[in-house]
Amino acid sequence: MGRDGAARATTGDDRRARLADVAARIEPTVLAGDQRLPVLPALDALVPGLRRGSTLSVDGPAATSLALATAAGPSRDGAWVAAVGFPSLGLLAAAELGVSLERLVLVADPGPDDGDGAGAWPAVVAALVDAFEVVLVHAGQRVRAADGRRLVARTRERGAVLVQVGCSRPTRTAWPEGADVALTVVDATWEGLGEGHGHLRARRVTVEAGGRRGAARSRRAELWLPSAEGGVEPVLPAPVPLRPRRSELA
Amino acid sequence: MTGDEPVRTMVVWVPDWPLVAAGVPATEPAAAFVANRVVACTAAARAAGVRRHMRRREAQARSPALRVLERDAERDARAFEAVVHALEALTPRLEVARPGRCAFPTRGPSRYFGGDTALAERAVAQVGEVLPPGTAVAVGVADGPFAAAHAARTAHVRGRREEGPPVWVVAPGKAAEHLAPLPLAALDRPELTDVLARLGLRTLGDLAALPAADVLGRFGSDGLEAHRLARGLDARPPATEPPPPDLVVEAELDPPAEQVAPAAFVARGLAEELRQRLDARGSVCIRIVISAETEHGERSERVWRDEGALTAGAIADRVRWQLDGWLNANARQRPTAGIVHLRLQPDEVVAADGRQLGFWGSDAGAAERALRAVARVQGLLGAEAVLVPEYAGGRDPAEQLRLVPAAAVDLSADRPAARPEWVRAPWPGRLPNPSPATLHADAVPVEVLDARGHPVVVDGRCQPTAEPALLRWRRGGARRITSWAGPWPVDERWWDPQRWSRRVRFQVVTDDGAAHLVVLEGGRWTVAATYD
Repeated sequence: MGRDGAARATTGDDRRARLADVAARIEPTVLAGDQRLPVLPALDALVPGLRRGSTLSVDGPAATSLALATAAGPSRDGAWVAAVGFPSLGLLAAAELGVSLERLVLVADPGPDDGDGAGAWPAVVAALVDAFEVVLVHAGQRVRAADGRRLVARTRERGAVLVQVGCSRPTRTAWPEGADVALTVVDATWEGLGEGHGHLRARRVTVEAGGRRGAARSRRAELWLPSAEGGVEPVLPAPVPLRPRRSELA
Repeated sequence: MTGDEPVRTMVVWVPDWPLVAAGVPATEPAAAFVANRVVACTAAARAAGVRRHMRRREAQARSPALRVLERDAERDARAFEAVVHALEALTPRLEVARPGRCAFPTRGPSRYFGGDTALAERAVAQVGEVLPPGTAVAVGVADGPFAAAHAARTAHVRGRREEGPPVWVVAPGKAAEHLAPLPLAALDRPELTDVLARLGLRTLGDLAALPAADVLGRFGSDGLEAHRLARGLDARPPATEPPPPDLVVEAELDPPAEQVAPAAFVARGLAEELRQRLDARGSVCIRIVISAETEHGERSERVWRDEGALTAGAIADRVRWQLDGWLNANARQRPTAGIVHLRLQPDEVVAADGRQLGFWGSDAGAAERALRAVARVQGLLGAEAVLVPEYAGGRDPAEQLRLVPAAAVDLSADRPAARPEWVRAPWPGRLPNPSPATLHADAVPVEVLDARGHPVVVDGRCQPTAEPALLRWRRGGARRITSWAGPWPVDERWWDPQRWSRRVRFQVVTDDGAAHLVVLEGGRWTVAATYD
């Protein structure tokens, strides 16, 4: 691969080119840090793909649905998803949001919580992180700081995505340094239900994304979660009339 | 000479290798498992009725004293390196199909050692020296690796019955005759075998008797490969030209890798690059030469072969196995410096004719990894702790999907019950979509009150006595109801006095924006689910 040319390289540009050539030859095709699991198109504005090895926290009034929606993208793409500590997960909702139930595994009761977080939970999550692309954990679990750090390190090493779902009021994450990406539902409004008629059709939510490092710049998006057709869709701005209405002319 | 004769091949086979590698004697009942399925077991376990592909529970039921081992592919490969090393005294060109079985062409060595039988007996002796005493070894010689592998099986049976040395030599040109009485299962292609069996074909001889063109027309390339094997040929006609040199990928390691991990990391990148080049040509690699060189010029070179195309992950695994065996060998064979050069050279490249393992390529491995993790969690919490969803009929969200223990289903197989099409029957009275994301396992008792603070109930014509205005939790707290709909009645199983259930359901949205599914049954209100 141009070794003769490289041997004659003298100028700085040539050397740089040679270095780039070598770097291109020895690097893995995709850097581990750049590997992202795809998300649903509607969530692209919030998280452009879940970076492998990162931690996520999902919070707010529609946290469970939002967490399922985040897992739906990778799941559709063939990823395996595990949920730990959700004895009451609505699986039908998961399927409607796009999670493939063929590749969903639940550990409803990850062992007794003995108060200081020393149960089987860390070992269970660690085992799942080894193999599953997306692992959802419930925030209600007490986690010792050392266990939390170990899990985060393991997630990074294995290239999984660890999602903490829950009502962390006041903010209490299982990860000592906080999550890499934090999604918070700040506002949720249901539509379709009247006073004695109709049924729940769609929910309009406002989600804020923040986090650390690359994700530190906060983003905001309005979504239909779920939309009237099921699934997740971005809220499109209301169409602006091209011409003023007749009544306005008068 | 048509040029289609397979190369005369010797297969050296150590049965139950995962257990031999783990150091378990054949007299102790033990089995190696992957994801709760038996992949190998000792002779003692087999005598008790343990078989391959059996679930752990069943295996333990048949042999209560069974020692359970997790299969460790790296340990298997590392331990097998010693066997390969011993055989290198006979031939320079060894192909490792998988740990436990290797093959080599016999033409040269057999002439040198005085015939196939003499060579085979020598191979048994060589391998016997490095294995613990009493370990079974079988050697088969025939035209082509497939026939030779089955000759090795015959040899193993012969050795077990003590009818002579565990060696079986099939005369040149007699491979098809040797294979003819074998059942179709020997092909190890379950889907194809299943169809053929229903067509009345039972043995490889039956299959070989069909015209090749008809087999190709009906069963495609997979069928043709099976047909060729049954006729004692190689699965594919031998490649007439060597693969072009531009498929060779190599990398220099700087600093030199003293450990397996950094070298394996580079190997992964190389394997990926090789896959891209092969993809660009529409080819797959079924045999590859992996070579590594240290700073002091020591070399390790192995030929790896896999009938179902080697994927990037599979190649990277083989590099790791090879280096692991080399770097962790005993002091005499271990290299004295770090690895500086890695090279992957495809040795046999064939057109990718659609024989792929999974739709997503490497994701067949993802399912297997997931299964292993599931098995580990089952080990931690008990077999019933890991659950998977399956569709079932029902009117309430909690009934439409039920959870079954992962131990009770085969996760690696296709699971139609986990797809919505599974439920065909209409269930009138189902709630409209969307479904609640949280189903309260224990329904939360509440009170639903009207504007004046009186409890709301439903009359005989299923109309609420007043508009619900307040949702009050029994354990404390209350929320104003801003909108609601219902009641949606369900009158189920009226024919069964034990399971009869008559209830009405409402959707309510409270002033904090939360939506709940509340149920009135027998005069008691509960929150059954929350649209979280």
